[in-house]
Amino acid sequence: MAIGVKVVRRPERDVSYLRASLKGMALTFQHLFRKKVTMQYPEEISKDGWSISPRWRGTHRMLTDEQGRARCVACGLCPQICPANCIKLVPGEDEEGNRYPLIYEIDEFRCVFCGYCQEVCPEEAIHVGVHYENAEYQRERFVYDLERLCAQTHPVSSLWDPSDPRGE
Amino acid sequence: MTPELKGFLLLGLVKSLVGFGALVLGVAFVTWVERRQAAFHQDRLGPNRVGPFGLFQPIADGIKNFIKEELVPADANRILFLLAPALVFTPGLLLFAVIPFAAPMPVSFDFSLPLLGRFVYDDAMPMMIANLPLGLLFVLAISSLGVYGIVLAGWASNSKYSFLGGLRASAQMVSYEVALGLSVISVFLVAGNLTLTGVVAAQQAMLWYVLPLTLGFVLFVISALAETNRLPFDLPEAESELVYGYHTEYSAMKFAMFFLGEYAALITMSALMATLFFGGWDIPFTSWDEGEPSVIVSLTTLLVFLLKTFSFVFVYIWIRWSLPRFRYDQLMALGWKVLLPIALGYLMLLATAIWILEHFNIEQNLVYGLILFAVNLPVIYVLFWILDSGRLVFGYGGQRRMTN
Repeated sequence: MAIGVKVVRRPERDVSYLRASLKGMALTFQHLFRKKVTMQYPEEISKDGWSISPRWRGTHRMLTDEQGRARCVACGLCPQICPANCIKLVPGEDEEGNRYPLIYEIDEFRCVFCGYCQEVCPEEAIHVGVHYENAEYQRERFVYDLERLCAQTHPVSSLWDPSDPRGE
Repeated sequence: MTPELKGFLLLGLVKSLVGFGALVLGVAFVTWVERRQAAFHQDRLGPNRVGPFGLFQPIADGIKNFIKEELVPADANRILFLLAPALVFTPGLLLFAVIPFAAPMPVSFDFSLPLLGRFVYDDAMPMMIANLPLGLLFVLAISSLGVYGIVLAGWASNSKYSFLGGLRASAQMVSYEVALGLSVISVFLVAGNLTLTGVVAAQQAMLWYVLPLTLGFVLFVISALAETNRLPFDLPEAESELVYGYHTEYSAMKFAMFFLGEYAALITMSALMATLFFGGWDIPFTSWDEGEPSVIVSLTTLLVFLLKTFSFVFVYIWIRWSLPRFRYDQLMALGWKVLLPIALGYLMLLATAIWILEHFNIEQNLVYGLILFAVNLPVIYVLFWILDSGRLVFGYGGQRRMTN
């Protein structure tokens, strides 16, 4: 054999799948009586040992200050960085020169949930949330306005920290 | 027409309506059983939302399939494409016609209808749709019809996946029909009777044929699996390689027809196994059910028959969710090189044994059955030893001896 051909000696005895099949059948039969792992979702919200990751990036939430106003200063960074172009921001200014958003809307259908808006926000105002129950009856309801974003109460996502990559 | 003939026809009509209706209902039930049992084998729960335990799931599926869009591929042969699902569906139902599902029930009526006249019936009604004198031959003939629907579906779809699936199906079903037929012949040999009622009666007089014909039963189970295209022989479908084989291009109710046909075949094959090898509606260890026909006996035996049938359905599904699919060459090798020789040799052995038993004038009773069982045991032992010590099925490459 000029080139290195490796001849594998395959076993010729005791390779029948007769016993293996019977063994497999016995195994699947045992599984009939095992405890089922299914979580019956709407009734059974969570099961022991099951939770979504704290780094889950779900629908947005706008944090508010002590007076209940949005923390957003309408700097325009989030619509700038948003890769899906789903944030609509019209800045406004009050008499004292404080900027605030006149219109702040997020189209959750367009959003790709990258979390860049949360990362870029200097005021830690806009966040992606640890939340997944978003069902609505109308498509229009998926454009979240400022009021709605502020009214959300679900926990917010803790973004990936390069210095602590495993979240410890 | 005499009133008796009219009564007979009326009863036949009622029986076929009730029988086929029950079968279709059973098919719907089995689709649910399949999904639930599959889930349980995989530590899941399966569909349990629609109705109690999800029992109404088949109805929801049916409604969905009715609402869905019917698609016919652009270059498909339209007539054959539409015909194929019906051709698959009917044999499964027709097979059920000759299976006796309970002890005869005494029926007697005598009434008149306007225009139609007088209807009379007063006899023990055989609890099967058609008491054909050629029962088992009918089974073989009709079960071979199923392949036409599948081949036509594969060819008419004008799709490579469907075509390959249809080709495989035809080769597979034709091959395994040989083994299926030969294993059924072993039942003929012992029962000496073609009607399924006769087979049941013979088993009541002797023993359930699973003991005297153990090997025949094993052959029948394997070839029945292949005939109904169930795993581990579901090569015509082979979703991992052929997308879904012959019904790739089918949608909505036409797809559902294939589905229903498959499950109808599953039920009838299970019922056949129960009838041919497990005494049909016979209740073991008692002769109460063979006595005077009455409604109670009929209903009890019906329950027993259902129990037997559904235990086979259970085994079928259990096998499906345990074993992987055969390779195509292995399938053919198993059919022609293993099952066929075994079946032929077994028939010769069986015929010799029966000839010897008849030579000594032994009656067909328990002893007769046990002697046949004793003949089976060493054969099974030797076969198991041979098959277990070597590769059970050689592919092409497996036949080359290693020279080294």
